[in-house]
Formats: sequence, structure tokens, C-alpha cells
Amino acid sequence: MAKERSIPAPLTNPETEPFWAAAREGRFLLRACTACGRAHWYPRAVCPFCMSEKTEWREASGRGEIYSVSVMKRAPEVYAVAYVTLEEGPTMMTNIVDCDFDALAIGQAVALTWRPTQGDGPPYPQFKPA
Amino acid sequence: MTIKGKAYIAGAFEHPTRLARDKSVAQLHAECALGALRDAGLTKEDVDGYFCAGDAPGLGPLAMADYMNLTLRHLDSTDVGGCSYIAHVAHAAEAIAMGKCRVALITLAGRPRSEGHSGAVPRVRGADAPDTQWEFPTGVATVNAYAMCAARHMHQYGTTAEQLAWIKVAASHHAQWNEHAMLRDVITVEQVVGSPLIATPLHRLDCCVVSDGGGALVVVAPEIAHSLKRPLVKVLGAGESMKGQMGGAVDLTYSAAVRSGPAAFAEAGVTPKDIKYASVYDSFTITVLIQLEDLGFCEKGQGGRFVADGNLISGTGKLPWNTDGGGLCNNHPANRGGITKVIEAVRQLRGEAHPKVQVPNCDLALAHGTGGLLGSRHGAATLIMERE
Ligand SMILES: [Zn+2]
Repeated sequence: MAKERSIPAPLTNPETEPFWAAAREGRFLLRACTACGRAHWYPRAVCPFCMSEKTEWREASGRGEIYSVSVMKRAPEVYAVAYVTLEEGPTMMTNIVDCDFDALAIGQAVALTWRPTQGDGPPYPQFKPA
Repeated sequence: MTIKGKAYIAGAFEHPTRLARDKSVAQLHAECALGALRDAGLTKEDVDGYFCAGDAPGLGPLAMADYMNLTLRHLDSTDVGGCSYIAHVAHAAEAIAMGKCRVALITLAGRPRSEGHSGAVPRVRGADAPDTQWEFPTGVATVNAYAMCAARHMHQYGTTAEQLAWIKVAASHHAQWNEHAMLRDVITVEQVVGSPLIATPLHRLDCCVVSDGGGALVVVAPEIAHSLKRPLVKVLGAGESMKGQMGGAVDLTYSAAVRSGPAAFAEAGVTPKDIKYASVYDSFTITVLIQLEDLGFCEKGQGGRFVADGNLISGTGKLPWNTDGGGLCNNHPANRGGITKVIEAVRQLRGEAHPKVQVPNCDLALAHGTGGLLGSRHGAATLIMERE
């Protein structure tokens, strides 16, 4: 496996701190709405579907499939940016790692993997072929 | 209420520079302003409305308006990325229709080439933006955000790299006649798909140029337009919108043009079939294909077939498009191609495009753009203009 890209630490804020605190414990959270029942991405305090403030954190499976993917060739370390559609519904922008970049395909099943970020930043959620 | 017929584009100027190491951004704005005012036959004393986007130096429109020492009664610095300047024409027409100003100046300038910018390098678009902490760590560069749209469109509709390449080929056929264009060589589909992959599935030649420069437009009230000596380019209709990730219900196969386009056509009272010339933003080849579908020039999913075989080349194709060579071959000043889209449409409507690409009897034109990132969140602006 080639050398991996160093990942910038996410700049967290009070609204999202619980997600990153859970990430440090290896738990992957989604934000979901108890008014309309839908989970969304990226996590928000106010539901983007019905604008209810009745949202809560839920632990997610970390399973999904590639919705689209683009492999960045013009970089010191090749990497893949992707949208992954989670089993719980939402599609999130992420990276695909631990893979043969030339073999990645839309529809491919993937599973969550955490990667360390720069400094003492929280781990960042990425995906690898399932 | 409508802006139809309430305003005219009286002045248009594209800065000839593509590399401005010896100029400041403010200077380029002012040089563009001077160019557009001269083109219209007006002076800075006539200007009472000023428009620029958030990339202009200083706070909103204040620093540039002060640099040029304008006396204003209307200011607007709407920023929806590269298509802002198309929206500014509509906003200027609205302000003129409401009596808030009579001579609106719109300027854009930048030096991304001198400053070494690249669409293949990730950059933070506002550290405080709510999406930044989720997306910046992925290393998503501008080109990736468009490439993911291309990959999905290919997957869903069978669009091919060769079909996308035809868009660049058409641009190159036009750019050969533009003495200011950065890339003037006529190229082939094979050359595009044979160029290095930057971000799969997009190749180097699927991407636009990085250029310094700028442009300006002068939008005026009807009575002023009629008092000037320039051909009359009337604003017929406009639409704008945006599209994001829809809370996670991501769909990369269409753009906000599905809303801005129909709004503009409805206001103008025309259909895509009536359009004689179209300027459609070409940051990447895929940008053009998706927007053409969404604007209604062809069915969703049929864009690949529509752009293939030279159908966008003036003189031979059904839809003459970006006859200045566009962002793909001519110029993408400040990484924001909206203003050059309007400028070439104005040239076409005036009959002042290069004779080799001038559309005969061009009396109805469209300019459309996308701003921000097509694959995450973007603005869209559509403008329809008529030669009176
Ligand atoms: Zn809800």
C-alpha cells in the first residue's frame, strides 16, 4: 500500500462535538429526527427535512455502498474522494482507503474505518471495501 | 412584475490579459470597468449602481467602489461563485426596473494564475462553513467535486469519456480564432481522452484553464440604452437557484439549472429551441453536459449524444456554444467564468463575435453558469437576452 495522505483535523464546534467525542471512542453517530423519523448527513441540530429541533444522535452501522467516486491522481499520495450511501439512508462525502484505487466502482459495498488526523484531532470516518 | 425589457446591456469588456504579474486585482477591476464604460459610451459619473461578488478585494463592494471613487445609490455583492455575474445582470435589471439605479456597473477580476492556484489542490471555502469540518478532511479538490458528477452520470446514463471530450474539442475549434485565448490549437477527442487523468474520470483536457484577468458589464435603463450608439441587447428573462446535498439525499446527476433555466425561459417567453447561441459555463466538460440537459436543450441523460460529433461547434453544430473558446480554452478569470459567458453572448447578439464563429442573425442568446462546486453545493444563474 502506498503512503497515505495526512488528514487535516476537523474544526469541531459545540453543535458537532458529540460526534467527534464518540469518534474518539470508535463509535459512528448519525443525527436523526424524532419528528419525521429520518436520519440526515452532515449532522445538524435542526432537521434539514422538516426543520424540527427534535433531533438526536444514533449509533450507525457503518455499512454502505459507493454512490460515486473520484480518484485524485494529481497528488503526492493518490487518494479517493467518494460519496457513500449509508445503510441508514443518508449519503456522505468521505474517502475510500485500503483498496485498489483502479478497482473502485459505484455500487461497491464498503465499511467504516477510522483514520487519525493531524495533531491531536479526532479520528475521521472513512470507508474500505467490505 | 418582470424584468423583461426593463434593462439593456450597453457595455461589455473582457480584459485581454491572461497573465497579470505586474497588476493588482483592484487595478484589473478598474481597467475592466473603464473598458465596459468606454464600450457603452458612458463615464464613471454616469454609474449609480455597482455590483461585484465576494471575491473582490475588501469588504463586499465597498473597497472597489471607493477605489474607483463611484457615487452610488445601489450596491450588491451577491456571491454565488462563478455564476455571480450572470445573477448580477438580473439583479441590476431588477434594481433598474424598481428605479433604484439607472446605470449599473458589474466587475470581476483576479490573478489565480499569477498566484499559482490549481483546481487540483483542496482549499478551505470558509473555515466556519458548516460543511467544512465534514468535507475538507477528505481532500476534495474542485476537480473531484465535478469528477464525481461525471462518474455518476456515466454510471447512470452510459455517458462516455469520448462524449465529454467533444465539449473540449468544440471549445478548441472556437478558440483557434480568438487571439487572446490561452489554448488555440484545435484538438481531437483522442487527444482529450489521451491526456493524463487528473481526478477520475476527468482528464487534464476536461478541465478549464487557470487565467488572470477579468471583465465588466454595464446594464442600463431603456431610455439610456436608446440614447447610446451601441446595438441594443435587451434583458428578456432570468432565473437563479442553488442546489446542495439535500440533507444527504445526494443526487449528482442534475444541477440547479433545473430551476433557474425554466424560470428564465418562462420570464422571457421563449423555449430552448428558440435560442440561437448559448454561453454555458465550462469549468469542466461535465459541467456543460449536465447544464445543457437541465436547461432543456436535450433530455436528461442524453447530453452525451447531444454534445458529440461537433454539435456545439458554430457553423456546423445545432447549438453554437461558447464561441470565444470558453473557460475550457480561452479564459477563466479569477476562477469565475460567469462574466465571460455574458460578454460573448453580447458579442454574438451585437454581431461582433469573430466572423468565423459569428452566428448569422443571432437575435436570441442564453448565458448560464454554475458557481461553487457542482458536486457538493452550487449556485446557478440563467440569463436570456435579445437583440432588439
Ligand atoms: Zn425531521
